Amino acid sequence: MNFKKLAAAALAATIAAGPAMAELVFPSLSYRTGPYAAGGIPFADGYEDYMTLLNERDGGIGGVKISVPECETAYNTEKGVECYESTKGLGSLVYQPLSTGITYQLIPKVSADEIPLHTMGYGRTSAANGEVFEWVFNYPANYWDGASVAITHLLDINDGDISGKKIALVFHNSAYGKEPIRTLEKLSEKHGYELTTLAVDHPGQEQKSQWLQIRRERPDYVIMWGWGVMNQVAVQEAANIRFPMENFIGNWWAGSENDVIPAGEAAHGYKALAMHGTGMDYPIYEDIQQYVVDAGLAAGAGDQVGTVLYSRGLYAAMLAAEAARTAQEIHGTAEITPAMMRDGMENLKITEERMAELGLPNFGPAFEVSCANHGGPGEAMVQQWDAEAQEWNLITDFIKSDDDVIEPLIEADSMAYAEENALDLRCQ
Amino acid sequence: MPDQLLFAMEVTLNGLMTGVLYSLVALGFVLIFKASGIFNYSQGVLALFAALTLVGFQEGQVPFAHLINAIFGTEIHHFGWHLPAILAILLTLAVMVLLAILVEKYILQHLVNQEPIILFMATIGLAYFLEGFGDIMWGADIKTLDVGLPQGISETIDETTYEWFGYGFFIDRLDIVATVIAAILVISLTLFSQYTKHGRALRAVADDHQAALSVGISLRFIWVLVWSIAGFVALVAGIMWGTKSGVQFSLSLIALKALPVLMLGGFTSIPGAIVGGLIIGVGEKLFEFLIGPMVGGATENWFAYVLALVFLVFRPQGLFGEKIIERV
Repeated sequence: MNFKKLAAAALAATIAAGPAMAELVFPSLSYRTGPYAAGGIPFADGYEDYMTLLNERDGGIGGVKISVPECETAYNTEKGVECYESTKGLGSLVYQPLSTGITYQLIPKVSADEIPLHTMGYGRTSAANGEVFEWVFNYPANYWDGASVAITHLLDINDGDISGKKIALVFHNSAYGKEPIRTLEKLSEKHGYELTTLAVDHPGQEQKSQWLQIRRERPDYVIMWGWGVMNQVAVQEAANIRFPMENFIGNWWAGSENDVIPAGEAAHGYKALAMHGTGMDYPIYEDIQQYVVDAGLAAGAGDQVGTVLYSRGLYAAMLAAEAARTAQEIHGTAEITPAMMRDGMENLKITEERMAELGLPNFGPAFEVSCANHGGPGEAMVQQWDAEAQEWNLITDFIKSDDDVIEPLIEADSMAYAEENALDLRCQ
Repeated sequence: MPDQLLFAMEVTLNGLMTGVLYSLVALGFVLIFKASGIFNYSQGVLALFAALTLVGFQEGQVPFAHLINAIFGTEIHHFGWHLPAILAILLTLAVMVLLAILVEKYILQHLVNQEPIILFMATIGLAYFLEGFGDIMWGADIKTLDVGLPQGISETIDETTYEWFGYGFFIDRLDIVATVIAAILVISLTLFSQYTKHGRALRAVADDHQAALSVGISLRFIWVLVWSIAGFVALVAGIMWGTKSGVQFSLSLIALKALPVLMLGGFTSIPGAIVGGLIIGVGEKLFEFLIGPMVGGATENWFAYVLALVFLVFRPQGLFGEKIIERV
């Protein structure tokens, strides 16, 4: 084969490998390798399987097929940015990088490139203020909501009074882990509890010092903001010092099967926040089985279906698909652009009826996004691990975060960002 | 006795135990560096690979199942049997020996007489290869490792110290087991290198490759031997750390904990790896206990390196390392 033929073949292959023009592109910046792969794989599988389901069952969204180009970030911020740069030209409609570090790097980029960024339950919390962050969304809940929901749960189980109680926060020593501190400090002023913060360095394999301190100081409750191996080690260390598991509450990134199974029976009773339902008792899983798994189209090894983080990936995909559908309705075209997608996200309405139609009744909260509110309702539930049955059980309904405390924090942080970047406020 | 003193004693004891776990990782580095002058970047990944293989054998997992299923459209994941821990450990050891043979045959053999930096780069490549290979072979999910080691607070120590001081010390039973195993390992390795033919050959190679070759010692055999022993040490480290946190890919990062130990103890001394581990373990825990709360905590990662650097200022070869004198 001469050089011209080879070049033509390479060009044809490149065109064939890329998405066709009439496709809705939802890139998946996933991490299937590296120290955080155990969390990245189920999320990526859930995201992709939901999109596959829409393609196979419904012919895509509004009759247009979906493509999910995947790019491996290994939970590494530099690689995440490279993935963004290499996929944005494909007509990507929305990015969901599943990493707070990558999110912070992408915020200025997506704002310049005018591509929406959705960071569900992670990322920059004050992005909930749509007046400042035009292209960033973090509905249905953010870190500060999570911290507030944990405290509200403690209030609920203590007859509304936690004054004088000692609460320790064990957190990943990173931008992510430090997110809830201000909220918990503000809430401690309001409710009168005593807060101790204990930082754990990446990756969190060694936490002896922190748990010896907890053993000495005997806090009434421990809240954890962890990710990856930090969670498994913390649950094991808590068991080792015989800390009562029912008084140990992880955030929603410390509440998957991965976090509790290694500790075995000792993890029984551990609690975690949940921003969506858990388990496979939802009608959508029948469709996933029929159209995706049985058809041999499941993402990855197909062994993550129904796990907590798979459900989260599925939920993220569902919210993206619903926003795309809304955008199609608003603009009267099935082939939407990233700017149209942003409009769809900003006008997204998730009702209980719609969730039931999608096969996910009561899976997530009903909510509406608006120009000013990109953060959704800020609600979460609490789930508890049953080690014998090897399953999470929801033990509360959706709990609303404390807006009186959260909103001023979001306002202050987002306005500081607007000032730093000389941004004009929107939605006025 | 004042409470703070009791807490400091408890922290010191736990620091010693943690230091032993660091030493277990550092030992693998020392063994290979002593025998071949190679700083084996892949030692942490060896521990991960050994632990993955051990769980795979124990649980009867089909290696490369994901790949096989994707190619042939099958649905196989498990053989359907569970192996006893001891048998799984022996099989894993066999795999580590096989790996040592392959490393020697396909990497080291081709790099004889190359600069140390080239050999170091080769081990970086090996680390990335093994990490990916382990992923394809056994999957990236978190695996529970249970070889019957005890875990949780030692009741005896708790009760005894409570009787003595009115405060029960926390010592993890897994850490006690790790200490005993590390002691046995160091004594065995010392006896092996001092009193066996192959051990003496290993030391001869460490002293001078050319001279060892000239008296008929097979460099290839010694390299396979030393990588096999390092594989065994990696397996022990993998079991200890894997029991604590489950076997997952972050296990390879434990190598980061071994670096300050090596800087402090010296790259060529087995006792140095142990003493270095103990000093780092106690130092970082005491610093976190005494100073940590004043500076926001999470001091352990960086303090270990600062401590090692302080020692390096006074003894560049480490506490037990060989002093290198190069004459012009």
